[in-house]
Amino acid sequence: MAKSKREIQEINAGSMADIAFLLLIFFLVTTTMDVDTGLMRVLPPPILEDVPPPPPVKMRNVFVVLANSQDNMLVEDEYMQVEDLKDAAKEFIVGYPNNPGDERFPEFKVSEDPLIIKYFGANYPISKQIVSLQNDRGTSYQLYIAIQDQLAQAYSEVRDQVAMNQFGKKYDELKGSKSKVDNEKAKAVRKLIPQRISEAEPKEIGG
Amino acid sequence: MQIRKKGKKTVPPVSTASLPDIVFMLLFFFMVTTVMRETSLKVTHVIPKAKEVAKLERKSLVAYIHIGPPLKPLQAIMGTEPRIQLDDAFAMPSDIPTFVESVKSETNEAEVPLLTYSLKVDVKTKMGIVVDVKQELRKANALKINYSTSKIVDKAITL
Repeated sequence: MAKSKREIQEINAGSMADIAFLLLIFFLVTTTMDVDTGLMRVLPPPILEDVPPPPPVKMRNVFVVLANSQDNMLVEDEYMQVEDLKDAAKEFIVGYPNNPGDERFPEFKVSEDPLIIKYFGANYPISKQIVSLQNDRGTSYQLYIAIQDQLAQAYSEVRDQVAMNQFGKKYDELKGSKSKVDNEKAKAVRKLIPQRISEAEPKEIGG
Repeated sequence: MQIRKKGKKTVPPVSTASLPDIVFMLLFFFMVTTVMRETSLKVTHVIPKAKEVAKLERKSLVAYIHIGPPLKPLQAIMGTEPRIQLDDAFAMPSDIPTFVESVKSETNEAEVPLLTYSLKVDVKTKMGIVVDVKQELRKANALKINYSTSKIVDKAITL
């Protein structure tokens, strides 16, 4: 038996690059990298038949936004451009706690929520604000999103203001903070200014 | 004095031995940062822009509902009016409960409450069709929705 040491041939790696390129191109084609962003909303649960209707809300507590099929907007019975909605909504959400008799702004109440009492004191006035949004079937999606965005901005700016006054930090900083105390503070702010956007069942208001 | 040697100077060839490594690196980068495309779009949409946007975190827990005018080659059959696309096919608003059920059944039971339904709607769509979809989602108890929008950085609102 001839014991000959066979030389192992080296594998040719020249085509390795081609194979890798092929795989790369496959992944480039079949995958997406876009980061999805959007406005998060929670729909109201379906209406059950045996549930009594909720108690009526006083009109002065409601900030009414109407949008018609011509993409015109009526806010609290006044014609308005969508750019101005944020400031109007902010004014309404903040209200005038010092002058509760003013009919243009919502009423105030005192909360018994332990979290609010802990961070804001027992007699902190809380607005009973609700934003009501009603649109036509012919309203454009663009206007609808612009309205939703303006309202969301109004809420987040009011929250920022309150958080800044009370804790010296913006609401988002509190919410995104690692500390438990800060997160609790953010929760208190959220309870103080809940984002209440009510969407009426759509109507064909035309126009 | 002769400094240069006689004869043609040959440039050594660039070594391509590290090329596979570079390409593999690229490949792994793309494999890690991207997700598989699940559907091919049959409708076109230009997504609206907004400022107050939040990021969608877990893509495996997002179901997409596309609404917009059909692609050009399909317009001969489907027309130019905005249509709903669920998964890979055109659908009517009444198909949404079935869609929601199938999405829920494919998801881990503990994570069903975390499911988000992302509405990718063309800006020119009228609210009528969106409202129909939302009502169907409500009926199917799919309450977490997300209006897909891209973020604008400047203060102006583009209308």
